[in-house]
Amino acid sequence: MNHNELDVIILGGGITGAGTQRDCALRGLRTLLIERSDIATGATGRNHGLLHSGARYAVNDPESAAECIRENMILRRIASHCVEETDGLFITLPEDDLGYQKTFVEACRRAGIGAQVIDPDEARRLEPSVNPGLVGAVRVPDGSVDPFRLCAANMLDAKLHGGEVRLHTEVTALIREGSAITGVRTRNRQSGEEEEFHAPVIVNACGIWGQHIADLAGVKIGMYPAKGALLVFAHRINNLVINRCRKPANADILVPGDTVCIIGTTSTRIPFEECDRVAATPDEVSLLISEGAKLAPALSSTRILRAYAGVRPLVSADNDPSGRNISRGIVCLDHAQRDGLDGFVTITGGKLMTYRLMAEMATDTVCRKLGVEKACSTATLPLPGSEERSYEAVARKIWEVPSTAQKAAVARMGTGASRIESSKPADKALVCECEEVSVGEVRHAIANQDVSTLTDLRRRTRIGMGTCQGGFCACRAAGLLAQAHGCTQRARTDLCDFLQERWKGSFPIGWGDTLREAEYTQWVYKHVLGL
Amino acid sequence: MNLQESTVSRYNFEECMKCTVCTVYCPVLQVNPLYPGPKQAGPDGERLRLKDPWFFNKALKYCLNCKRCEVACPSGVGVADLIQSARIRYDHSAPKLRDRILANTDFMGSLARPFAPIVNGVTSLGITKAVLDATLQIDHRRSFPKYSGRSFESWLRRQAARQAAFPEQVAYFHGCYVNYNNPQLGRDLVKVLNALGIGVQLLDKEKCCGIALITNGMSAQATRHARHNLGALRQAVTGRGLKVVMTSSTCALTLRDEYPNLLGVDNGDVRDALTLATRFVYERLENGAKLPFRKDFHRKVAYHVPCHMEKLGWGVFSERLLRKIPGLEFTPLDSACCGISGTYGFKKENYAFSQAIGEPLFAQIRSVNPDVVACDCETCKWQIEMSTPYPVAHPISILAEAIE
Repeated sequence: MNHNELDVIILGGGITGAGTQRDCALRGLRTLLIERSDIATGATGRNHGLLHSGARYAVNDPESAAECIRENMILRRIASHCVEETDGLFITLPEDDLGYQKTFVEACRRAGIGAQVIDPDEARRLEPSVNPGLVGAVRVPDGSVDPFRLCAANMLDAKLHGGEVRLHTEVTALIREGSAITGVRTRNRQSGEEEEFHAPVIVNACGIWGQHIADLAGVKIGMYPAKGALLVFAHRINNLVINRCRKPANADILVPGDTVCIIGTTSTRIPFEECDRVAATPDEVSLLISEGAKLAPALSSTRILRAYAGVRPLVSADNDPSGRNISRGIVCLDHAQRDGLDGFVTITGGKLMTYRLMAEMATDTVCRKLGVEKACSTATLPLPGSEERSYEAVARKIWEVPSTAQKAAVARMGTGASRIESSKPADKALVCECEEVSVGEVRHAIANQDVSTLTDLRRRTRIGMGTCQGGFCACRAAGLLAQAHGCTQRARTDLCDFLQERWKGSFPIGWGDTLREAEYTQWVYKHVLGL
Repeated sequence: MNLQESTVSRYNFEECMKCTVCTVYCPVLQVNPLYPGPKQAGPDGERLRLKDPWFFNKALKYCLNCKRCEVACPSGVGVADLIQSARIRYDHSAPKLRDRILANTDFMGSLARPFAPIVNGVTSLGITKAVLDATLQIDHRRSFPKYSGRSFESWLRRQAARQAAFPEQVAYFHGCYVNYNNPQLGRDLVKVLNALGIGVQLLDKEKCCGIALITNGMSAQATRHARHNLGALRQAVTGRGLKVVMTSSTCALTLRDEYPNLLGVDNGDVRDALTLATRFVYERLENGAKLPFRKDFHRKVAYHVPCHMEKLGWGVFSERLLRKIPGLEFTPLDSACCGISGTYGFKKENYAFSQAIGEPLFAQIRSVNPDVVACDCETCKWQIEMSTPYPVAHPISILAEAIE
């Protein structure tokens, strides 16, 4: 069998593509996923990591709200190692209309979201960092989700079911035969190698960049790029998600995720050409700090690690200039029906929360086209790593007395942590001290998770995501990558790129301790190591 | 533009630049691979513990609380405070009987003192040590400090009238060790201060400072001690207008820093009135006061700065004071931890680490070959006396011997 002949080719290594590949693979299809850079580099990795209860959409977009709460409950089961079940608050501040709370709670109930009005005192007790001036609070089943982990786990499961993944590979052309798309031509962006793959169905899951793929196919999709900026704080100040109980606006969600908390977002329409180079502006940073401090006053004096921005892959529906009132609804296009172009499906719109449902819809379409009759099982089958719900139980099964790094590994990989080599002392040495990532865990990621650069490694292990932003782990990880690839020159270039990328995120908030830290890192790498 | 003016964090942990210098200065990490080290246990671990207390690592108990990491930190991070406060917040396991016995220094002292000759005889027997080792895991190679038949407090109370006659007065926080084990040090201080025309008063019923309770996981009891002592200190400082002197560097650190930083007991109104006896005497001599130094005094003294003295920043006063004594040949010892850290080194599981930490110090003392080692800390004294053939004396005792 020619490995270039497949049942379905999925374009895009974000969460939608990864989810679709998993669903297709579970239904017995031969799958290939192609991504022009790394997993979760677009909107998937550039958001809050909020496990929406749907409450945010309940008033304005009941359909999305209902989808969210259903998927929320599913993800808790199937992706427990990617999810933190924190719960969330919707707080009313003195300047907000307390009357909105009633509308909000009723809308939540209609959508099936358990929303419970609680006393402001109770809210202060549950979440000590909350603005003590709040006059109302509603508790909802929000949580946080790690999008990198979720994306990687979907892809891993697809691979376990025979799927193939090509990262850092771009599609240069779609192969057309008559009125059908039958394959893709690709070029590896690192090696320059060109290849051709054939399949009766190609799924376009490229998010905002799906417009470009549609252009290659000769069909039109009008995407609506809306930029959102966010700030990452250096440690968690809250353990419950904090939202404002009002019509959705700027900087009104504070999400605790892993060792940090994240405030966002803004919403600005940008031209399509700018999608590849968005960054947070000083005005956005200022707005995020001052609005964020209204949710939790400590934000105005908590160290900030990074500022970043992403692009929402909304499909333009009307002429709303803010981009906020567009439905986050899922758009699944069978271009045979829409444009008379066979073998081409676009799955877009939607959001991180509903990726599984999007994947199910796309896979249903693919299966219908291929005449495959197998039901979707992704709503019940746990992702690899999530076979056990509590990480404490997982750790107990693997180690008698887990070290902090082993605990951290379980919190990142779930049951997958049992495959980390730790028999030799060198395996247990730390690569990343901030996030407690061991040599064994990094080696495991390099060997099993398609890592070619330090930035790829960061998305899989959290190295470089801690307080020092790569200052200490980058050179250690570069050493391990150089060993694995057998090339030090490549590791050296990669190290420079990685540090530059870390600095890019620190630059917009370059003051105080973060600036000291960046200076220190620069001295080490530039002046001591001569990089 | 709203950009942050400044940032704050618990014990400044976000000011950690990850420079790792604390790790270099940690005496435990050099000898005990089970300890994660101050950086990982402190600022790095804090971020994980804030995520979930499950990330608390029980190996934090290996921290000596010597504070050398804090002295080394160029960014002002309260590394040891972070570690100890994490133990207070997250380690809810009940302290062992052994730890309760070791930590309750004043209770044990008041029990043992009336029977001092018997207790001293029994605790120095090989068989007792073997039994304590087997039952309580108190290492058999350790010797307990001897108890004194009469407490310092009762001695001083008997001469209260004589002390009250001096034109100037100070209060003395003597600590458990002076009260139960070494009243001679207290009497030496009284001799020195009396020679300067200063009378010594007791506090109104001081209790153990509580450091051993903190490090042995009994912070609630330590907090009760702190509140009680604060009341007694206030009564002396604001009520009687006195300065409070101390001879133990560890008691001084506990009263000055651990109360507000670890136990949340505010001492702001008395903090400036707390001082070490050596500092107090040194400043008097600098300001022109005279002591009747003996002409025939001769001693070769090696001075060891206790870790808590380094953290206090007051080691220089003891050193300068010793250097002022005519006939005293002074050798400063390198900055190093002796390894005992109060009750830590008495525990069987820590004995080997404790001795390994102290070995460079012991070696230097042997090469200096002094008549006596000077040191402001009672537990350093025990450790050095148990680990070298040299006697150890408090600088105040050496000074008392050097005057008429």
